[in-house]
Amino acid sequence: MLEIKGLRASAGDTEILRGIDLTVRAGETHAIMGPNGSGKSTLAQVLAGHPAYAVTRGTVTLDGHDLLDLEPEERAQAGVFLAFQYPVEIAGVTNAYFLRAAYNALRKSRGQEELDPIDFLDLLEERLKLVGWGPEIMQRAVNSGFSGGEKKRNEILQMAVLEPRLAILDETDSGLDIDALRIVADGVNALRAPDRATIVVTHYQRLLNFIIPDFVHVLVDGQIVKSGGKELALELEAKGYEWLTGVPEPTPA
Amino acid sequence: MGSPVESLVNREYKWGFVTDIEADTIPKGLNEDVIRLISAKKGEPQFMLDWRLKAYRGWLKMTEPHWPNVSYPPIDYQDFIYYAAPKTQKPLGSLEEVDPKLLETYAKLGIPLTEQKILAGVAVDAIFDSVSVGTSYKKQLGEMGIIFCSFSEAVHEHPELVRRYLGSVVPLSDNFFAALNSAVFSDGSFVYVPKGVRCPMDLSTYFRMNAQNTGQFERTLIVADEGAWVSYLEGCTAPRRDENQLHAAVVELVALEGATIKYSTVQNWYAGDEEGKGGIYNFVTKRGKASRGAKISWTQVETGSAITWKYPSVILQGDDSVGEFYSVAVVNGRQQADTGTKMIHMGKNTRSTIVSKGISAGRGNNSYRGLVKVLPKAANARNYTQCDSMLIGNRCGANTFPYIDVQNPTASVEHEASTSKIGEDQIFYCKQRGLNTENAISMIVNGFCKEVFKELPMEFAVEAQKLLGVSLEGSVG
Repeated sequence: MLEIKGLRASAGDTEILRGIDLTVRAGETHAIMGPNGSGKSTLAQVLAGHPAYAVTRGTVTLDGHDLLDLEPEERAQAGVFLAFQYPVEIAGVTNAYFLRAAYNALRKSRGQEELDPIDFLDLLEERLKLVGWGPEIMQRAVNSGFSGGEKKRNEILQMAVLEPRLAILDETDSGLDIDALRIVADGVNALRAPDRATIVVTHYQRLLNFIIPDFVHVLVDGQIVKSGGKELALELEAKGYEWLTGVPEPTPA
Repeated sequence: MGSPVESLVNREYKWGFVTDIEADTIPKGLNEDVIRLISAKKGEPQFMLDWRLKAYRGWLKMTEPHWPNVSYPPIDYQDFIYYAAPKTQKPLGSLEEVDPKLLETYAKLGIPLTEQKILAGVAVDAIFDSVSVGTSYKKQLGEMGIIFCSFSEAVHEHPELVRRYLGSVVPLSDNFFAALNSAVFSDGSFVYVPKGVRCPMDLSTYFRMNAQNTGQFERTLIVADEGAWVSYLEGCTAPRRDENQLHAAVVELVALEGATIKYSTVQNWYAGDEEGKGGIYNFVTKRGKASRGAKISWTQVETGSAITWKYPSVILQGDDSVGEFYSVAVVNGRQQADTGTKMIHMGKNTRSTIVSKGISAGRGNNSYRGLVKVLPKAANARNYTQCDSMLIGNRCGANTFPYIDVQNPTASVEHEASTSKIGEDQIFYCKQRGLNTENAISMIVNGFCKEVFKELPMEFAVEAQKLLGVSLEGSVG
């Protein structure tokens, strides 16, 4: 489904991704792990088309189509979803309005009819259950005044509504307590399907106890230095990243 | 690749076209003879001519104000034509008699002089350049004793009302632009709602400047007698022009005891080209006076003009009177706006609310300037001010100049302010969810302005939201 070949990307003059190769097939879940500053989040942002990064070399295709040539919204319309590490607040726009606009934009791009507010509400109510929320949250402005955990849950809710083919979760576990982590993981797991794929970007192995990956890749200095099965994550948890980077990892403040 | 905001800002003014109608104009320049000519052309009674001349003589002694945070080349007041009216043979009785070209222009603008609008229940008094060309719903309003007509007509038909209230809120000597307006105004709207009458529909006037080099000096006077209620909508677009056009309107609102006046504006004068050339200078004086228990509410959406200088204000003269100001001001390209309000608390228990949303994009410069003044007798006066600015891109500017003058110790005045920036991140977030840049910006900006839009009549709110989208096209970078 997703084919990344020799991908290099920079932010300004700094090269961050230095030749990434990765193949993700339908039905698979891949975990991208690595120390801080290794380029994990950059990879996620580059796949989604963030304008701050310039792709200097390599190709990325989704179902055989060039992804890098597409605008971010076209990538979304093609089925790419990024759960943001730092979800953005939009004052004065309700969650319900935002989600329906997004949902209908995707439908429109596929030549489907837009869903009216009433039908959309039905869909929403069902998806809300996935993240354990009641309908009141939908009248709040997008991420405005949300706690860190609520923002992450909101990302999962959006994912559940938009039903992407390729979901990329960028450090969705950071800042979550164990209960919130479980809710987020349950949401992600519920959406796993044979025709969809998931990329989980994370620093810690913890999330992978709940979202069991098929493959684990370790990113160091913008390159994948090691790939393996789910047991690799446990190994990293036990040994840290030092044995792969040769640099002692700073303890988080 | 230019940033998405950039490409949004670089759209052409959608309504820039000129209608080829022969205008009945007088020569350029201003002197007493010109004023006499204007008054004579309009067949005005002596008291109006005297009033105009008094204003003119006062104006000669005044100087143009330069305290607003805007800059523009010196204005040569002798270089304007002070009167233009579409040539018509005789007074018009119905729309069918109106020059079809005029109607065509309105149609292009989507101005609903047509049945659609009438079905929607809006009585329209359309102003083309300076003279009213059509009115509707007059009969129904007339049966309720409501007067809604052009200012010229009011001068002839209701001179006693005009004489009594004209200049009662904005006196001749008030300021440079108001004095100029008083001397040369050509037309405008007049509304009178009698005691205890609730006007059953929104009254609306559409302005449009057309004849080249014609300064526009509209004069509007709205009087709501005791216990009356009226909602008035003003909206406008102007055709593309190469020379700056001066616009100095005066609006006076008189809300007598227990009356309510809601005045809503959507302003979209031509803002000039990318370099700011050719846009309208909009120097407007709008003020209302609220008697005991009366309420005056201004709502404005300002998206046009090269320069906006405008402070819709309320004099809270009577006890328990209420003043409100809800504003969205958008600047893009090279636009400059210095706008805000004045709330003058004179009576006891007077209350005022100010909600101002300023949006700056491109190289626009947006200033909020507001005065909250509580006079010694205004016991328990209350004011709440919320002043938010949003920046799009990094070449624009936003400023806030709040003036607070409290002379009564029991008063309570609150001021909140915020500045935010539409970042690439916000837009990227929306795009990642499948929305295109235009829709993303329009959604973010409309969310920002929500508190103001909800004060507009429904139909107007929809228009305003669309207008905002158009105004910010090409603004994100």
